[in-house]
Amino acid sequence: MSHSEKAAIFNKNEAKVNWHDKALWFVREKRDTAAHKVKGWEYLRELASGIKANVLSNLDNYLIEFETNAVKNGIKVHWASNAEEHNKIVHSILSENNATKVVKSKSMLTEECHLNPYLESKDIEVIDTDLGERIVQLAKETPSHIVLPAIHKTKEEVDELFQKHLGTKPSNGNPEYLTNEARKHLRNKFLNADAAITGVNFAIAETGGIVVCTNEGNADMGAHLAKVHIACMGIEKIIPKEAHLGVFLRLLARSATGQPITTYSSHFNKPALGTEMHIVIVDNGRTEQLSREDFRSSLHCIRCGACMNTCPIYRRSGGHSYDATIPGPIGSILSPGKDLTKHSSLPFASTLCGSCTNVCPVKINIHEQLYKWRQLIVKDVKQPLIKKTILKIMGKVLARPKLYAIFGKSARWMLTYAPRFMVYSKLNTWGKSRELPKIENGNFDQWYKNRNKNG
Amino acid sequence: MKVGLFIPCYINQLYPKVGIATLELLEKLGVEVYYPTGQTCCGQPLGNSGYEENAKGACQVFVENFKEYDYIVGPSGSCIHHIKEHFDILEQTDAVKNVRNNSYELCEFIVKILGKKNLGASFPYKVGLHKSCHGLRGLKLGSCSEKMDAYYSTEEELLKEVKGIELMSLKRKDECCGFGGTFSVFEEAISVKMGKDRIQDHLDNGVEVITGADHSCLMHLDGLLNRNNQPIKVMHIAEILNSSI
Repeated sequence: MSHSEKAAIFNKNEAKVNWHDKALWFVREKRDTAAHKVKGWEYLRELASGIKANVLSNLDNYLIEFETNAVKNGIKVHWASNAEEHNKIVHSILSENNATKVVKSKSMLTEECHLNPYLESKDIEVIDTDLGERIVQLAKETPSHIVLPAIHKTKEEVDELFQKHLGTKPSNGNPEYLTNEARKHLRNKFLNADAAITGVNFAIAETGGIVVCTNEGNADMGAHLAKVHIACMGIEKIIPKEAHLGVFLRLLARSATGQPITTYSSHFNKPALGTEMHIVIVDNGRTEQLSREDFRSSLHCIRCGACMNTCPIYRRSGGHSYDATIPGPIGSILSPGKDLTKHSSLPFASTLCGSCTNVCPVKINIHEQLYKWRQLIVKDVKQPLIKKTILKIMGKVLARPKLYAIFGKSARWMLTYAPRFMVYSKLNTWGKSRELPKIENGNFDQWYKNRNKNG
Repeated sequence: MKVGLFIPCYINQLYPKVGIATLELLEKLGVEVYYPTGQTCCGQPLGNSGYEENAKGACQVFVENFKEYDYIVGPSGSCIHHIKEHFDILEQTDAVKNVRNNSYELCEFIVKILGKKNLGASFPYKVGLHKSCHGLRGLKLGSCSEKMDAYYSTEEELLKEVKGIELMSLKRKDECCGFGGTFSVFEEAISVKMGKDRIQDHLDNGVEVITGADHSCLMHLDGLLNRNNQPIKVMHIAEILNSSI
């Protein structure tokens, strides 16, 4: 199903759309307020973008530097060229440690690799410990937002879900009660976990350490209690120096939720005594995206989700309408690089308003890349015959002024004289909920001709 | 100074009064305006739909029509933005470069090139300004709510000088209306919802007339207003700046 079809279904419940839109707009406004408090915000974005561009241009060297330093610190580093390899590596680490119970903090990469179903098929229990992720996991859904995974769910829906899975009492969606119950449930899982998996926000080449940002402290809980910590990262998570955190940590949480900083910015530099620490570095299509000049800067992304919160289409269509691991504007420029046919409707799920580009803390020109994907998609993916024919004819007409004059006249004649039932038929999608313009006498060309005749 | 008047295709065919107001306004300001009659369209509907290749002919017709003018002025931010941004598909001859460099949206031309703000208009109504995205974020006709730059708005500078006008402020100052060219048809549900939400913001703030520098957005909003019998009119900013009510 295309984005527009899924979005139309989401829009059948207008009250829910309004709620979803307002919830995310609230976050966007919080972001504005937070960013306004930082002197030189636009300069910070410039710096972040520059650092990321440097990383992408020298990625091979930085990755090797990172690996060397991480190994020196006693971390075991693994390389995976795709999702399958990533999953196998994680599974083999777990097997070697006889780990059957795993707690996992937020990681879009492991979503991308579909790690959970893979491990579950090997009889390993994986518990997502981020509250939002736990909610979607219990609901057997995927995150609809990369920072707010359960934003599509109301507290009443969470109430029902918890009653069913955690045995809670009905509470009319009392957030305090539900959060406390989730805490108790998760605490038990933390205490009994054999291994912890986390994502990586930043991997620092000069130190070989990683930084994980959470608000719930769940990454720390998992990693500190379990004997084995596996951190999974895409190759683009590298930053050259620890000092660069001063740029990225200031941008990340403000852009994401409007907080000055996440509650926890946890630095993992080496395994604690008696424990193991592994880092799995994953490509999974990133090198290919890096090779596409027009789209390489999409790899600057630090997964803040600001483009989703600001996107008027995302806010009104919900994350699941994108049918991709990363939804929203950034997902719409990343996903076509992975599977052009499957994701061919996504670059069209935008008015090219450019708000995403303006909020992006690492200055990815998202809306320009959407435009560029469109040009490639109509060439490489079969298009609806009507759309293709109309637009190609249009191209020919607009290149011939005389033909254009005839077309303009007949279109206006149709709109003026054709009966309403003909104009507002099923073929007229515009007219489903909107009136067509009322035709005035003649067009500008005629008016101008007459004026000059009379004048 | 020779100015070529660019009247976008949909304004030519559907909203001649917007073209007339633009021409009259420029003449009132003492500009020597010419209207090249062979003009068709900037090709934006094709480019935005992914058929940029098929728009080359239209782009060339545009350049042929306008290459000899000092300035090209049109009452549509998004068409001007398309010329500046996407005529990179043509071979960059001097003519193409000149056309791209010298194309101006009407308000920007009046404020930046003519250096005028008070145009002697009067319009005693409560007006809400719709800041169209391509004019705002593309041509930078104003500061954007996402950015931390100092506040400015080219259209507001002109509207503030209109006698009797009351500019109403909105809750969401520069959210997209959901038109988006062929988006309005291929993503109909979202497009309509976005438009409805924009209108509600204007209704909530007592707006009588929605104006803007892009009539395509206004056409979309007008289609919704008329279908739902809502008590707001839309007028292109050229019509307000040219009025003496």
